[in-house]
Amino acid sequence: MNDLAWIDAALRSSRPRAIAALTRYFRDLDQAEEAFQEASLRALRNWPEKGPPRDPTAWLVMVARNFAIDDIRRHRKFQALPDDDLISDLDDRETEMADRLDETHYRDDILRLLFVCCHPDLPATQQIPLALRIVSGLTVSEIARAFLVSEAAMEQRITRAKRQVAEAEIPFTTPDAVERSERVGLVATMIYLLFNEGYSASGGSAHIRTPLCDEAIRLGRLLMRLFPSEPEIMGLLALLLLQHSRAPARLDASGAIVLLEDQDRGLWNREFIEEGLALIDKALRHRRPGPFQVQAVIAGVHAHARSAEDTDWKEISLHYGLLERLQPSPVVTLNRAVAISRAEGPSAALELVEPLADALGSYFHFHGVRGGLLQQLGREAEARAAFDRAIALARTPSEAAHIRQHLDRLVSSP
Amino acid sequence: MLYAILCYHDERVVESWTKAEDDAVIAKRRKVTGRLAEQGKLGPVVRLMPTTAAVTIRSGNKPLVLDGPFAETKEQLLGFYIVDCESLDEAIAAARDIKGDERDGAFEVRPLRLFDPGTAGK
Repeated sequence: MNDLAWIDAALRSSRPRAIAALTRYFRDLDQAEEAFQEASLRALRNWPEKGPPRDPTAWLVMVARNFAIDDIRRHRKFQALPDDDLISDLDDRETEMADRLDETHYRDDILRLLFVCCHPDLPATQQIPLALRIVSGLTVSEIARAFLVSEAAMEQRITRAKRQVAEAEIPFTTPDAVERSERVGLVATMIYLLFNEGYSASGGSAHIRTPLCDEAIRLGRLLMRLFPSEPEIMGLLALLLLQHSRAPARLDASGAIVLLEDQDRGLWNREFIEEGLALIDKALRHRRPGPFQVQAVIAGVHAHARSAEDTDWKEISLHYGLLERLQPSPVVTLNRAVAISRAEGPSAALELVEPLADALGSYFHFHGVRGGLLQQLGREAEARAAFDRAIALARTPSEAAHIRQHLDRLVSSP
Repeated sequence: MLYAILCYHDERVVESWTKAEDDAVIAKRRKVTGRLAEQGKLGPVVRLMPTTAAVTIRSGNKPLVLDGPFAETKEQLLGFYIVDCESLDEAIAAARDIKGDERDGAFEVRPLRLFDPGTAGK
């Protein structure tokens, strides 16, 4: 790996800790970002020649602070400072700072930074771009591309979000235990939403959106290092890894979504699967089940199955039952019904599905699942009506195409 | 004489490598290990999972299983075992057995990402 690639990786991995520390120091996001940016430029000039510092994050924070202080002085006195190399005598102080920059020490700062991005006042459409910009350090143009909007529109969205969080004045005091756990929960949800932004992409947008999944996994790892004993965070990271393991098999050559049961399991990323399963093992030891853990376990059951036919649907339906109790929602019930249709047959499943009509009447998958069950039960006219309804509600061409296959089968069956 | 070569790196930086960069590093390492293997000088090669997958058994009045890697600096790495277990619980049980009634020291249990048994020392 060349110097630039190494430095780039070091800057990216240092960024959340450095920005968090600088935001605490300056009490201002923009100033923190600007100072980090300057320190990064100096790193690019300095490191190839002098070699990487022992603790890149500490180096960046020190240089960024010095830069900002110089900047303030320069503005105040209108006098140029000598263009000296600030970094030369840094080594001792750097060593001293290295210990203090430990992640757990800065835990509340980093959590605060993440929390700022998913502040309840911000809509999800702003939370995720803000986190990608501030915490992950993606450029506005990269984020705009991922969200399929113009750079100017994304710039505006991020600026508006920044203004809003500045006005919200989230305190810098150390949060108490309740507040901390609320923040952790919100941040975990934001990371999951970010992952889904990347994961739900299809067609032409799929390729450019996978970086969102990678960023979500990186943030999940960051959160887990901050809170190493939280089983739900282990569950979140496991879930992301297990879902992402299927990425190489999820799209066919034309970019259409390949359903789980039709995927070539040989393409699944074994390393992600192994790590996801290891994290589930670790989480379950705590015996404090939560929605992310249960969903991870379900993803783990799929990962274990050598083929679609080998899938343990009984196990999956039991876990959906548990998820329903932890986080009741008609969509979860619908998923349980799908598992039950595989484990016990279509009529037991349809009994669960019919009462969901009010809640899920405008949901594409509801009509798709219901149509499929009716079809299996030989109620073809009703099945056709349900599939028609699903097509009308499809959000992407590949969703509609998938339902049309069912309809074609109905037409061609005797 | 058999030697162990232990790899240390900031895993946060390694995680920030792109897949292509990671593959390139591994390919470069493979050239070296390939040569060593041809000479019959290569023993087991292991790549560990990130420390987020680790638990640590600490000594105390009762052995304590903590989430996360071993992070103290006052003890030194003195050796390791590779065990093939069905579950993390089984691996923890094995580590506890190894620890026995020793009153100090720590045993970190971390899953492997890659394992190549090698041939040297046989």
